[in-house]
Amino acid sequence: MAATRVVVDPITRIEGHLRIEAQAEAGRITNAWAHSTQFRGIEIIMQGRDPRDAWAFTQRICGVCTVVHAVASCRAVEDALDITIPPNANLIRNLIHGMQFIQDHVIHFYHLHALDWVDVVSALGADPAGTARIARSISPWPNNSETHFRAVQDRLKQFVAGGQLGIFTNGYWGHPAYKLPPEVNLLAVAHYLEALDWQRDVIRVHTIFGGKNPHPNFLVGGMASAINLDGTATINTEKLVDIQGMIRRARTFVEQVYWPDLVAIAGFYKDWAAIGGGVPNFLAVGEFPEGDVRDLERLYFPRGIILDKDLSRVHPYDHKLVKEYITSSWYRYSGGDGAGLHPWEGETEPVYSGPKPPYEYLQDQKKYTWMKAPRYEGKPMQVGPLARMLVAYGSGHAEVKELVGAALSTLNVGPAALFSTLGRTAARGIETVLLARRMEVWFGQLIERIKSGDTRTFDGAKWEPSSWPRSAQGYGYLDAPRGALGHWVQIEDAKISRYQCVVPSTWNCSPRDGEGQLGPYEAALTDNHPLLKPDEPLEILRTIHSFDPCMSCGVHVLDATGAPIVEVKVQ
Amino acid sequence: MYLPMRQPVEGGVTLADRLQSRGVSRREFLDFCGRLAVVLGLGELAGPRLAHALQSVQRPSVIWIQLQECTGCVESVLRTVEPTIGNLVLDTVSLDYSHTIMAAAGHQAEAALQKAMKDNAGKYLLIVTGSVPLADGGVYTTIGGRTAKAVLEEAAQGAAAIVAVGACAHWGSVQAARPNPTGAVGVSEVIKDKPVINVTGCPPIGDVVTATVAHFLTFNRLPATDSDGRPLFAYGKRIHDQCPRRAHFDAGQYVEVFDDENARKGWCLYHVGCKGPATFSPCPIFQWNGGTSWPIGAGHPCIGCTERNFWDTMTPFYDRLPDVGGFGVERTVDIFGAALAIGATAGVAAHAVATGIHQARERRKLPVLPDDAGTPPTAPGKEE
Repeated sequence: MAATRVVVDPITRIEGHLRIEAQAEAGRITNAWAHSTQFRGIEIIMQGRDPRDAWAFTQRICGVCTVVHAVASCRAVEDALDITIPPNANLIRNLIHGMQFIQDHVIHFYHLHALDWVDVVSALGADPAGTARIARSISPWPNNSETHFRAVQDRLKQFVAGGQLGIFTNGYWGHPAYKLPPEVNLLAVAHYLEALDWQRDVIRVHTIFGGKNPHPNFLVGGMASAINLDGTATINTEKLVDIQGMIRRARTFVEQVYWPDLVAIAGFYKDWAAIGGGVPNFLAVGEFPEGDVRDLERLYFPRGIILDKDLSRVHPYDHKLVKEYITSSWYRYSGGDGAGLHPWEGETEPVYSGPKPPYEYLQDQKKYTWMKAPRYEGKPMQVGPLARMLVAYGSGHAEVKELVGAALSTLNVGPAALFSTLGRTAARGIETVLLARRMEVWFGQLIERIKSGDTRTFDGAKWEPSSWPRSAQGYGYLDAPRGALGHWVQIEDAKISRYQCVVPSTWNCSPRDGEGQLGPYEAALTDNHPLLKPDEPLEILRTIHSFDPCMSCGVHVLDATGAPIVEVKVQ
Repeated sequence: MYLPMRQPVEGGVTLADRLQSRGVSRREFLDFCGRLAVVLGLGELAGPRLAHALQSVQRPSVIWIQLQECTGCVESVLRTVEPTIGNLVLDTVSLDYSHTIMAAAGHQAEAALQKAMKDNAGKYLLIVTGSVPLADGGVYTTIGGRTAKAVLEEAAQGAAAIVAVGACAHWGSVQAARPNPTGAVGVSEVIKDKPVINVTGCPPIGDVVTATVAHFLTFNRLPATDSDGRPLFAYGKRIHDQCPRRAHFDAGQYVEVFDDENARKGWCLYHVGCKGPATFSPCPIFQWNGGTSWPIGAGHPCIGCTERNFWDTMTPFYDRLPDVGGFGVERTVDIFGAALAIGATAGVAAHAVATGIHQARERRKLPVLPDDAGTPPTAPGKEE
């Protein structure tokens, strides 16, 4: 029997433009390709700019991960110019980034990932009393009442009866891979709507410290939001109390809604704990510095590498061992396609060699994506929540071990279940719970510092370019909601001469390398992976969404020589 | 422009029905319409008219396509307060295509798009986020194997009107910054035969997007705009003239270094690079995230993100705006702002993007004010 060719483009409910092609045979996926179909060239645009502006440019790489590139960029420039930010500024960045994680993961679960597991149409037939019974058995959340669930169901019924299905049009409703009882489907739909309101509230931490969300403002050397408890236009008690409330409401929702829902839904999909594992290596650069950013001993989520699923040993990470390959990517290297280059020597000349649009297939092409292939000592790596939790687990992180252990025993599965599509989704929930609790610690530390009289948020000693060395280079790491991120900057005569990012989705969505090793998406889709109906690719969405793709983040280029870029003629 | 979108559909479920069934009283609904009318700059008295329009029809079809972008504009709309995204999607419009939140993917998603375009031909509102990369045959963004340009052109064909949301859809934004490697342009560079309104900003405030949509649904037309296509109800005023820190500017009280004593008093950010004097934006009035704060309110200078070409004309972000002509400081920024308004009124030349690139090359040499042809103003690389 010949393999069926499958194309899913656009992959929806993600950030950016992703195309998946696959071949399926007898209900299984036999081969897969991940294609990034957008290129913007932001690193080219960085050249010649003021390094203090870099955070704003790179922030616009992604409006979903709206904090991560800005902070990584500030850290890279601060590393290059040897700037140490005040402890208050670090705590404020942790609070902003922590809330980014929490809000982003909850949105991912309910609004991007849930419809892969939750059949909205089935919720119409649920008994709201039954939903309330189930909900109350797993959570004290006050809205888990029969009245509330009935109101949601009525609203949904009316919506469907109106005949205009809007965003639910052509969903895979009734697909045999949906396993939840109607009552649990209704529970998830109700919380889908509640999460929409919740996320809008808690993200305002960004607005208070950074002026807006998406794309809050940052500052090389610290933060611009001055603290003065007696001021009207500064961080004062009223604003701190507002933030405290958001942190509390974030934790309550995560502990009483997100986490119980995740565990309840996972219980019906335990078979997905053996599906979609893929690449067995995991990389975390570590995040949430609780001292200076250079003090790697004081990261809340530790740094390290797990190889071949071996949790008994965490290997050290050295950014100099990262290399990017372009065997399957639409670029040219001066040293030929076989070369692998560290970001410091990073070299990119975009050369599209795919078929002229409109096209039908890319899988027959040797080069098939805008994504490069980063490898660590030649090995592909998974990055993201699962990588972080595995590295923390292997490092003996007490809170992670406790929560992972509790999750595994609740679901009655062994540690091997972590290496799967379900494992990635569960790990995201685990770290959200931990961060929702940790936010209170950072907030308390900020209050204590203010109490002791320290309100500094900015170090201006190296603000003026006249205080900078003639040439400098820096590395800014950050473990973002979607995984390990690095920004590399080189500065000559107060201007950026090179800029390079290696981004979570570059690792996860990377294509085949010169040795034919598949990237993590591709490997996961071909690891014991079902596809019941090739024309309704629900299972592909499950595994791809378990990575939480962020395509705009993934594609970056830099001119290696720092030579003037060829001007592109516009019209 | 007459758009037959307001025709009630026989037997259709109206917004009023839906709200009533959800226990929303008529009074609450009218209150909401009153607030929305104020947001739209129509005055509270327009509330009943808004209410009448919103409750008498089936949900109009909205198609939202995403081109070369970062999804920040979608996220911004997810944060709207009036109406919330949940109410918008379930009660107010029929969002028939949205890459970010729709259930279907691949062929099913494309089929939903095709069906919505066919069923609502000539009537649907098209929202576009992201720019259109024109270089090299459009290979820098493809969706379903087709170029962003082809996707946009097809979706625009049957649209009643187009809302270009965000700086990317307006003029290309960050990827169109010098040297614009992918040839990114805004929607109105590609679509010339349809009304296009630019709800600009990087990103725009979500409530401005929903207010623009509500205006269209209510009055059968897009709101009035400036010559750069930006709705006046949101972009008609300069930040500098609405800024709560303006009194400190007038009094010569400035933040000189971040986190100095003056910063802790909430003084004016002009000396640390604020672009408020050259920026027309709803930020000080609407504020962000339900009125929580806004960039200047959080102590950071405005970067001018609602102005065309701001990545080149407003950078370096921390340099002071040009002190043109040797007048007093206050006079200077007022003249600068006024000149900008004149420039915008004169309209933007068809080759503004190319011109912007050309000017960006020159930008470190000397400050340039907008000329009568509407060339965007250029900030100098260094002050003094």
